[in-house]
Amino acid sequence: MEKERLFRLSAKKLTELLSKREISNLDIVNDVVERTQEVEPIVKSYITTNMHGAIASAKKIDKLIYKSIFKGNKVEPLMGIPIAIKDNISTEGMHTTCGSKILAGYRPIYNATVIKNLKNSKIVIMGKTNMDEFAMGSSTENSSFWSTHNPWNLSNVPGGSSGGSAAAVAVGEVILALGSDTGGSVRQPASLCGVVGLKPTYGLVSRYGLIAFASSLDQIGPITRNVEDCALLLNVIAGHDPLDSTSVLKEKEDYTEYLKQNINGLKIGLIKELMGKGISNSVKDSVYKAMDLFSSLGAFCEEVSLPSLKFALSAYYIIAPAEASSNLARYDGIRYGLRAKRVKSFRSMYRKTRSKGFGDEVKRRIMLGTYALSRGYYEAYYLQAQKVRTLIINDYKRVFRNFDVLISPTTPTVAFKIGERSEDPLTMYLSDACTIPVNLAGIPAISIPCGVDNGLPIGLQIMTPHFKEGLLIKTAYNFEKNFSFKLKPLYKKYRE
Amino acid sequence: MDFEIKIGLETHVELLTDSKMFCGCSTKFGSPPNTQTCPICLGHPGTLPVINKKAINYTIKVALALNCKIANFTQFHRKNYFYPDLPKGYQISQYDLPVGLNGYLDIELDGNKKRIRISRVHIEEDTAKLIHFGKTGRISEAVGSGLDFNRSGIPLLEIVSAPDIENVEQAKAYVVLLKRILEYLEISDCNMEEGKFRIDTNISVRKKEDIYSKVRTELKNLNSFRFLEKGLSYEIKRQKEILSKGQKLYMETRHFDSETMTTKPMRVKEVAEDYRYFPEPDLVPMIIDKKWVEEIKKTIPELPYRRAKRIKEQYNLPNNDVQIITSTKEMADFFEFCAKTYPYPKKISNWITGDMLYYLNQEQIQIEECKIKPQNLVEMLRMIDKGLISGKIAKSVFKDMFKTGEMPETIVRRKGLEQISDVEKISNIIDEVINGNPDVVKQYLSGKEQVLAFFIGQVMKKTKGKANPRIVNDILKKKLKRMSF
Repeated sequence: MEKERLFRLSAKKLTELLSKREISNLDIVNDVVERTQEVEPIVKSYITTNMHGAIASAKKIDKLIYKSIFKGNKVEPLMGIPIAIKDNISTEGMHTTCGSKILAGYRPIYNATVIKNLKNSKIVIMGKTNMDEFAMGSSTENSSFWSTHNPWNLSNVPGGSSGGSAAAVAVGEVILALGSDTGGSVRQPASLCGVVGLKPTYGLVSRYGLIAFASSLDQIGPITRNVEDCALLLNVIAGHDPLDSTSVLKEKEDYTEYLKQNINGLKIGLIKELMGKGISNSVKDSVYKAMDLFSSLGAFCEEVSLPSLKFALSAYYIIAPAEASSNLARYDGIRYGLRAKRVKSFRSMYRKTRSKGFGDEVKRRIMLGTYALSRGYYEAYYLQAQKVRTLIINDYKRVFRNFDVLISPTTPTVAFKIGERSEDPLTMYLSDACTIPVNLAGIPAISIPCGVDNGLPIGLQIMTPHFKEGLLIKTAYNFEKNFSFKLKPLYKKYRE
Repeated sequence: MDFEIKIGLETHVELLTDSKMFCGCSTKFGSPPNTQTCPICLGHPGTLPVINKKAINYTIKVALALNCKIANFTQFHRKNYFYPDLPKGYQISQYDLPVGLNGYLDIELDGNKKRIRISRVHIEEDTAKLIHFGKTGRISEAVGSGLDFNRSGIPLLEIVSAPDIENVEQAKAYVVLLKRILEYLEISDCNMEEGKFRIDTNISVRKKEDIYSKVRTELKNLNSFRFLEKGLSYEIKRQKEILSKGQKLYMETRHFDSETMTTKPMRVKEVAEDYRYFPEPDLVPMIIDKKWVEEIKKTIPELPYRRAKRIKEQYNLPNNDVQIITSTKEMADFFEFCAKTYPYPKKISNWITGDMLYYLNQEQIQIEECKIKPQNLVEMLRMIDKGLISGKIAKSVFKDMFKTGEMPETIVRRKGLEQISDVEKISNIIDEVINGNPDVVKQYLSGKEQVLAFFIGQVMKKTKGKANPRIVNDILKKKLKRMSF
């Protein structure tokens, strides 16, 4: 029998092995590199890899670990654990493209705050993962480089926009990953790839260095293979950052503390509006079964209605493009990235650079957003959408008076075929129907596997009030512990 | 034909903060291009702004000094437009919730007061500086263009007046007073040459009967008081001429050309530009509470018009003197410092508005830059009072002090300029002069008393100006009187 490969282990388990000096950090990184070499040509999770850099880091960290153990200290959590970074998070000196041609060749001159945090914790960066261009999309097909394949079934999409991060974690190219979530971009691909994805409360994790799509909705979140690793990674990235005025001044928490608690007596609400039309039967079944499991663990479960959620998608597709139209104005070819050649004036330089550099979906959203902010339309669209946003926030507040936790499917269906929805933006937009309201409300949510249909995973979304990530992790962990789920891609050989 | 003229001024002022509006870069002027930049003020992807609190404090300070209401709730908006000097493709500015609203400034022209309303005072970030390479520095003739981001993100205050200004004189009075107030508040050095105090104007000339006409011209590049006068005068004349011919004016932006002293069209504005303002999502709104406003209030010094009024009354000085003395805060400080230790304010004022102003203008410097300190002047005035030097000698002492900053005593001693008040010595010299000029003595005795000046002149010549003129006069008169018997 083949010996257990390291890439299949959890971060927690790897730290244990490192502490016992049964393995070295280099062993971990080498195994992950080997796995990447095996599957990357097929799955295509990465835009840029950092294999040599990672090996060099591992060697350095091995020395630190040796010193630390020699002094009788423990190996710090996540020290030396390989991580993949979504390509819209700025990494100093390492290509950061946002999946866009307009940033091809761009190397940031600074590190995002989350990257600084990872480096302080000696987490090893393996590379930058593929994504829908500027995080606009739900399938990673909008990447201007290539599509990533779902490791469960290579002809299906991995979801998006953090599809590269989710696929890499699911297939074992890496142990941990960071994604960003504006309307579901962490949770939706996590759901479609059978892994865990958490979108923190808006303001918990610094956005400094996250290349903006929609500033009032964007949050960086962990993608991992289990809830415990998720809690460990959240411990590293959460916290106030003076460089981000929207980050909240709040004392640091140890989210792993919540893993010890049970959910006896917890009040769970199943959102009625997210279990209706458009949600496939297999997904509904899995969510109802999840509800039964929660009940068996001592929780009270009940259906609950949030009527305003039916306007969420419309409001989102005003607010997000409006902010994006402004955020993406800086790609003008003057200071970095692509610059069109043979231009006669700076106006034509703008026009040609942006026409050439942006893909269709990005252009579509820039136009939508520009329109929504234009004089005469601002009140009818942008202001109206903001009012809807307030209604949604109030709706959540109201139900959280009676419920501790809310649940829903993460996505209406399991992963769809590559190419199936790429010509139909509106159907594609519906993939995020269950995740978008959470971003509008700014609350945290996690997606965890809760079933499999036809060889493809189904995700359960759990939501809590602002800054109750602990409760979120506790609920998810109790479910995970009592639900049997096998992440098949980890054991799959893609080339015989 | 009767015309009605309405002028509104938009003034941009770079604040004197150490760091930029939304990042920690220095705001120092004149450094090599692009040496005071960071990913934030270069608009690199993923960067975020953080508000400079000092800039907000300064904005509140100015708004209070201009009698504005301070917004309890204020917010930044994004102003979206494309231009190479705007690295993010939007400027972080303020829109419908500025820091200060509905203030006023009272200007005075020939003793008449006029109230100019201030519509708003808001804070924003400055753009980068575009530099066009080529002979003229104009974009149309450039061989290439460069960008200096040192200016990008410097806190920029915008002060917008209502269109209450009716002529060039009022416009000038408004700008002069505004600049003086800002200098008094010490929130900007208002250096116009360095572009730290910039004026844009909106001019609308219409026939009195055309009450519905809303056509106005925006005039840019008026970067000195002289250009403001010239540009406005030219533009008013131009518009009157067009209207007199029965032709129509249209909305446009014009550029003042300082070589020809005329205005030239920049762009026609058929529809107002749409900046797609929306609240800046990267910044949280600010609540300015009473306590904050009160704290800022305490930092506001006595403003020029109040100080002028007080100085006039307290020291009993003529208007002209007061105007010069209070033209800058530093000059008024200088005056009042002297007045504290010297009891004759008019004498101080005479020297400041006379010799001091003359040499300052000659050297093109400000009073705080010159070497004479209040102690120097006070000391010199005391020496005159004690009869140690004459007024005439004092003038040359002052000139020396201006050059070297030495105390007057030192100069007098070094140059041997002490006044001769020794009666015997002066008496001897007068005898010499009288004996040497019998003809003139005859003239005097025959009743031609003007020649007394000749004798005094001769005495002064012999003493190199050091003889005490009062004593010379007394003795001379006594001696000549005696001779007439």
